[in-house]
Amino acid sequence: MSNAANLLEIRGLSVHYPGRPNWFFQKAAPKKAVDNISFVIPKGKTVGLVGESGSGKTTTGRSVVKLAPLTAGQILYQGTDIGILSNADFLPWRKKIQMIFQDPYNSLNPRADILSILSEPLEIHFPQMSRSEREERCVELLRSVQLPAEHLRRHPHEFSGGQRQRIGIARALAVQPELIICDEPVSALDVSVQAEVVNLLQDLQEQLGLTYLFIAHDLAVVEHVSDHILVMSKGRIVEQGSPAEILGNPQEAYTKTLLAAVPRF
Amino acid sequence: MSVEPLLKVQDLSITFHAGERATVAAQNVSFSIAAGEVLAVVGESGSGKSVSALALTRLLPPPPTCTVSGSVTLDGVDLLKLSEDKLAKVRGGAIAYIFQEPGTSLNPVYTIGFQIGEAISLHRPEVKDVKSEIQRALQEVRINEPERVANQYPHELSGGMQQRAMIAMALACNPKILVADEPTTALDVTIQKEIMDLLARLRRERGMSILLITHNFGIVANFADHVQVMWKGRIVEHGPVSEIMRTQSHPYTRALIACIPRLGQRRRRLTTLTEELKVSP
Repeated sequence: MSNAANLLEIRGLSVHYPGRPNWFFQKAAPKKAVDNISFVIPKGKTVGLVGESGSGKTTTGRSVVKLAPLTAGQILYQGTDIGILSNADFLPWRKKIQMIFQDPYNSLNPRADILSILSEPLEIHFPQMSRSEREERCVELLRSVQLPAEHLRRHPHEFSGGQRQRIGIARALAVQPELIICDEPVSALDVSVQAEVVNLLQDLQEQLGLTYLFIAHDLAVVEHVSDHILVMSKGRIVEQGSPAEILGNPQEAYTKTLLAAVPRF
Repeated sequence: MSVEPLLKVQDLSITFHAGERATVAAQNVSFSIAAGEVLAVVGESGSGKSVSALALTRLLPPPPTCTVSGSVTLDGVDLLKLSEDKLAKVRGGAIAYIFQEPGTSLNPVYTIGFQIGEAISLHRPEVKDVKSEIQRALQEVRINEPERVANQYPHELSGGMQQRAMIAMALACNPKILVADEPTTALDVTIQKEIMDLLARLRRERGMSILLITHNFGIVANFADHVQVMWKGRIVEHGPVSEIMRTQSHPYTRALIACIPRLGQRRRRLTTLTEELKVSP
């Protein structure tokens, strides 16, 4: 039975990629990017997912929005298994689950202006919206991420990294999602800009009742934003708990290594 | 200090010209580095820290696009007045660089070994056995199986390994000063720690100076001797790290330290820069 307070419940999720066959066409062992993990994300909360490059944290996030192929397991969104849906049947859930990417330089189309970047998801998920309604909504979105409306006609290269990440956030918010998968949203930013974006994400969560899966490798940031932390290593969740538990009493050697690597001053 | 510094930068100003518009990237920047010292330059994107480091060996577009004034004295020689030929010997020779993204600074079509060998034959023509020198360079940065890695291409290595290879290449020519421009920003925290530990050890063993460019005060506190904070092309604060970490005289320094989330603090909100202090929008 799934708990109604949980927006997302992951059961036994695995993502295996086939190994490359060798010269004699013998199959290699599959690469287990994510290996039988289970966790829940309560509604309105932030679950932090930490781990190194290659630990499977990004694949986990991507598999929720069908950007990574599921090998086994269930992805229950308010009780419905969305892991088995076809791409067409998944469309209504795409509206509810959005994603913010690490690199604001590569995740925005350089040839499109901000208006068309923000309009595109609206055209897909709200086809009944008129042109002027869409434009109005885009202005509203820019305002919600604290960018002025006159930026609508500009292109991504005219913005700083922090502003681009705000645009990425606005695009995710366009379709009024419930869950946002934030994949290293502040890793590429200066510390001062990082603080602004983190605050913005927390403000938006409060205003809109959003739920976050916050993926990052920096434990200090994850601790700051999360209600619950998952520690991933080599495709498995090696430890999970409240920030106080993870920090105050880490059980796994890997968690201790991660903690020790954060510069303290 | 009574000892003459290894590198002395005086009144360095850098201006970029685009048509009618002139942008001052650095203004009257003066500092010095002693032998074996780690000097950290802290600031955000656009504060002028990287440009100042590149200007040391004139790695900037030639005039009229970019004009540089002031002096950069290394061992009594003003680098800014050197001919292009002589300066080429200093670049990668006495002053070597490593950059933020090892993936884009390495040449993708040559093996790691070839690229390190190229630097060695260019700056140390006296070396006969380049091949074993390459092995030695890779071993020094703690790369296991140096023979195998020397024959690999950059894309076959992880980010941390690529940065090690970059450091090996930079050190292969026995530089007096290593300029490390955000060497760990693109890396995971665990790899970041490994790379910083490696740099600390190399500096100890070789007595090499390091100019460390970063926006992260956490790294500065654990690694540098002196720190200078750059804001809008100027140095607004400088001094020994222990002092600056304790008391900051410029509000920008205070703000930069305050905005970093720290383990175990769980503040409700992170501190951000006020409008006046922001470098870029």
